[in-house]
Amino acid sequence: MPPDTSDTEISDTETESRTRPSPPLPRLRGARSLWRLRSYLRPYATRLVLVWVPAFAAVGIGITIPLIGREIIDGPVARGDSEALLPLALLALGLGMAEALLVFLRRWLLADAVLGLETSIRDDFYSHLQRLPMGFHASWQSGQLLSRATTDLSAIRRFLGFGLLFLVLVTVQIVTVTGLLLRMYWPLGLLVVVSAVPIVLTSLHFERRYILISRRVQDEQGDLATVVEESAAGIRTIKAFGRGRHVSGIFEEGAVKIYGTSMEKVRLSARFFTFLEVIPNITLALVLLLGALAVGSGTLTLGTLVAFATLMLQLVWPISALGFILTAGQEAMTAADRVMEVLDTEPEIVGGTRVIERPRGHLRFEGAGFRFPGATEPVLHDIWLEVRPGETVAVVGATGSGKTTLTSLVPRLYDVSTGRITIDGVDVRDLPLPELRSLVATAFEEPTLFSMSVRENLTLGRYDATEEEIATALRIAQAGFAYELPWGLETRIGEQGMSLSGGQRQRLALARAVLSRPRILVLDDTLSALDVETEALVEQALRHVLREATGIVVAHRASTVLLADRVALLLDGTIAHVGRHHELMASVPEYRALLSADPDAEEARL
Amino acid sequence: MSGTTPPAETSAKIQAETGNGSREWRGVAAENQDELSEQVSFLLRSRSRRLLGELLRPYRRKIVLLVAIIVTCNVASLAIPYLVKVGIDAGIPPMVAGAGPGTLVTVVSAILAAAVIQLVTRQIFLRMAGRIGQSILLELRRRVFRHFQRLSLSFHDDYTSGRVVSRLTSDIDAISEMLQSGFDDLVTAVLTLVGTAVLLLVLDVHLGVVALLPLPVLALFTNWFRRQSSIIYRRTREAVALVIVHFVESMAGMRAVQAFRREPRNQTIFAQLNADYRAANLRGSQLIAVFSPGVKLIGNVTVAAVLFYGGMLAIQGGVTVGVLAAFLLYVRQFYEPMQEISQFYNTFQSAGAALEKLSGVLQERPSVAEPGAPVILERPRGRVEFQHVEFSYLDGTPVLPRLDLVVPAGQTVALVGTTGAGKTTLAKLVARFYDPVAGRVLLDGIDLRDLGEESRHAAIVLVTQENFLFSGSVADNIRFGRPGASMTDVMAAARSIGADAFVSALPEGYDTQVGKQGGRLSAGQRQLVAFARAFLADPAVLILDEATSSLDVAGERLVQRAMQTILADRTALIIAHRLSTVEIADRVLVMDGGRIVEDGPPGELVGRAGRYAGLHRAWLDSISDHRDLPG
Repeated sequence: MPPDTSDTEISDTETESRTRPSPPLPRLRGARSLWRLRSYLRPYATRLVLVWVPAFAAVGIGITIPLIGREIIDGPVARGDSEALLPLALLALGLGMAEALLVFLRRWLLADAVLGLETSIRDDFYSHLQRLPMGFHASWQSGQLLSRATTDLSAIRRFLGFGLLFLVLVTVQIVTVTGLLLRMYWPLGLLVVVSAVPIVLTSLHFERRYILISRRVQDEQGDLATVVEESAAGIRTIKAFGRGRHVSGIFEEGAVKIYGTSMEKVRLSARFFTFLEVIPNITLALVLLLGALAVGSGTLTLGTLVAFATLMLQLVWPISALGFILTAGQEAMTAADRVMEVLDTEPEIVGGTRVIERPRGHLRFEGAGFRFPGATEPVLHDIWLEVRPGETVAVVGATGSGKTTLTSLVPRLYDVSTGRITIDGVDVRDLPLPELRSLVATAFEEPTLFSMSVRENLTLGRYDATEEEIATALRIAQAGFAYELPWGLETRIGEQGMSLSGGQRQRLALARAVLSRPRILVLDDTLSALDVETEALVEQALRHVLREATGIVVAHRASTVLLADRVALLLDGTIAHVGRHHELMASVPEYRALLSADPDAEEARL
Repeated sequence: MSGTTPPAETSAKIQAETGNGSREWRGVAAENQDELSEQVSFLLRSRSRRLLGELLRPYRRKIVLLVAIIVTCNVASLAIPYLVKVGIDAGIPPMVAGAGPGTLVTVVSAILAAAVIQLVTRQIFLRMAGRIGQSILLELRRRVFRHFQRLSLSFHDDYTSGRVVSRLTSDIDAISEMLQSGFDDLVTAVLTLVGTAVLLLVLDVHLGVVALLPLPVLALFTNWFRRQSSIIYRRTREAVALVIVHFVESMAGMRAVQAFRREPRNQTIFAQLNADYRAANLRGSQLIAVFSPGVKLIGNVTVAAVLFYGGMLAIQGGVTVGVLAAFLLYVRQFYEPMQEISQFYNTFQSAGAALEKLSGVLQERPSVAEPGAPVILERPRGRVEFQHVEFSYLDGTPVLPRLDLVVPAGQTVALVGTTGAGKTTLAKLVARFYDPVAGRVLLDGIDLRDLGEESRHAAIVLVTQENFLFSGSVADNIRFGRPGASMTDVMAAARSIGADAFVSALPEGYDTQVGKQGGRLSAGQRQLVAFARAFLADPAVLILDEATSSLDVAGERLVQRAMQTILADRTALIIAHRLSTVEIADRVLVMDGGRIVEDGPPGELVGRAGRYAGLHRAWLDSISDHRDLPG
């Protein structure tokens, strides 16, 4: 809460991030990151240079006006010369109007430029994130990225838009006014300089502590928000076990903690702001005492004394704001560093240039293996599998055996660590990414729906799909319910709209995959949340789709496996067996254990 | 990512109003009354006034004291320029005349005294106001949270968790913002304004009038600004909310974005939202760029007028130089608070809206009310009875037309039927998530509505497919079933349902953190944990609503075997789509359209030519090992 409210912006309403702030960085690195963002300011270069003219002029005028007061008191008033009064008063009027105009110009010129900077960086930030592979996104929480895209960018904007300019202006103002005061009457000037010392020191010290404690409050609020989030999302579980009191206890603990820290903050700022108001008043009293003595002895005019007091009070804000501006600068640097950290991450998965003229969808895993970065053991190794056009292969394996990872390798959501995957004989890494991903479509087990219309969610992969194509896809996925929603396909679904059941979500995700008419269709346990009858209907419709495409079906149940021509059994990170369902049932005990509904099968295995 | 749940619902309405077609991707959602009512009059609704009154009541005396203190503080602060005037007018002439500095010393001492009074009172005020504000916040947080916990599920079904979170984060923050700075600023600003105006008039009526002449202009200007800024403020908030939603969802759904080549379309949408946000922000900055120099202009014109007119008066001997000096000092601090008052309006606006929403929530009554004189059931046996039970949801569609059912203690009952047959409703009535519209649900002969909350929870536990895990360790989550349970009990529970093997295989075993909402465990593993939790709770009646649907065949089999022991000495209601679970039941109820159409032991029902026999055949087909591919 800087004392000068005119420089806080009403438009700053970004939601504070609830993620923990990074520790302060070495200043040099932060400064370098901030400096690297300068290219975003290039479109506004002229304006940014020009803005200094009104800025300095306004400061100059601000200092001059009290001096006119002195002239009036020492001149016309002292001499009783009313003739001379008017021109001086008009000068004060003219300068006063000019100052307002200059301040207006400064703000107006700067507003567009810094907002432009913020917007461009945010656009680029988003675009870069979309290019970064899943490996990156799996290790970053979306909240962390959000706080960079909002809070950090605003911090940068605020500092470049106001802080930096003010830092220079305020410094100039302080130096000029102090010089002026010393010249007017050096003993009093010296007194002011001396009294400024405690303000500067306390400000700097206070700022640091204030920021630290504010962050602590923020963190604690974030923790409490997590408790609230969980208690709201898990309300059914809480009610089912009657644990309302237990959860309220956890909440209470967090709320009391916030109370304590907030009180610390209250006490800290109470001390500081009181101090800030009182020191100038005491100085004023001393200035008056010594000044009056000087006037009495004739070494100082009355007008100078009045001007002196006015100018001195003008210094209070700049001096105390210095701490805030410096802190804002430090924050902007940290913010710039956090933003650059993401922008500097090179996308590891980039497309190639080869084009398949007439894709048929002949998919081959050639000794493919995958290891998560940093992991010692590979999740998958030596995967050899061929799926011919029109053929469907089911992938079966225990929970956590790497089935989903296997399917993610085809559209290069992750890249193989060893071996290669080819489509129609071309390594997937040699294909342009949009090309590759239009050949392969996946319906995920946990379907991702966005807070958009049903139509937008369905046409995710094919924005140009026709009404009939959408209808067909919905029919295949048994998702006709979409037409029954309050606004039909225009109904907003997802987090911010209508909530759908797990089964409904899965069917929409399936329709989405079908709609993109891929050469290779991947169904990652897409039917797990459907009831038996619906599942049967979907499967029947899917058979037709799968006949025309290459299919990979991750399956838990025999009914789903039967969609496939062949089954690949994942065991210990590799494909241990490939064959027809009943062959594997008959010959592979591990397979029987996974898929048989007959409890004795497991007995046989042990 | 919380606290950022924006009033996104409003955008649909705005879109409809402005006919802005470029947003059709968002789709249409129901308008949301409570998110929309952002316009708050200074007179809050009576429920909010009542809430405010209740929150303030404990501090009545302190608030009176507080007002006295802040007035003292402002008087002291305002006195200083006046004392400067006295010093110049009364202190300097004697000294120029060669007399001692006696008067001057008195004046200077008075200034120092005023400064000290200001120091002390301000310090007390800030601390006291801070303490009261924080205590009110704490109390408000407490009340709202507990109230959300008390409200019935029928409320939570409509009120999404996102809205609960924003009530307890952004709304509380808005009120906190006002209590922390807004209130203090307003009081100081108003007192300064009034005090200065009075002083100016007292010092010199004529010059005072001249100095105050621009006040009406300033008032109009501020009012204009206030109105503009509240429009822009809202627009900005809506714009940023959309940016945030789109950003977060893109990141969280990056797998789908990349797999479906959504990037270009996403970029277009994001750029558009970002540009909207920029435009809203720009309007805000430009408004300030007009307002701030505008106030400065009025202030500067006033200073020039005071210099001129004051100078005239001084020349004519109408006012002293000291008065002139005091005017210059006062006018300077007169126009500053105006900016603060206009800022305060936004703070007030959001705090008022927040209070309206919170008081609205607090006004809600739980539809499942706790009994006045709760019956305590020491040793529940688990006999469940439905007597003429009817149930329909809020919109009036009947779900259970009329149901009579007795489940003797210890029996395992399987509920079978298509989606919408009323199985889940039946289960939820037993758990008393809802109360029947007519008739009674009894446990051991006691109406559930008369049974004490603790007894009910100890006797009946419902496990659903949306088994929620809280952040914490696996052990913490199992222990949720019985908070006091020892580690041995926790492990025993896990072992009984067959979860021990996977938990032990986790990197830190039972101490492994499950991550946000159990994200580090697979769906099947989450379900096993939820199962262990229910088992640890050891209820007389256990309801499993699709509880095994996420398990793979092996996992389900594991659980099923465990269930035979778990269910042995308790009443159980099992809802399952897959009939494998049904095999262990003593009795099967086939439901259709809210009615029980078949009732009997599974073996017997298979033999009949009814629905169950049909379902059973279909199920056998679906798991068949020997069926050949059709076509």
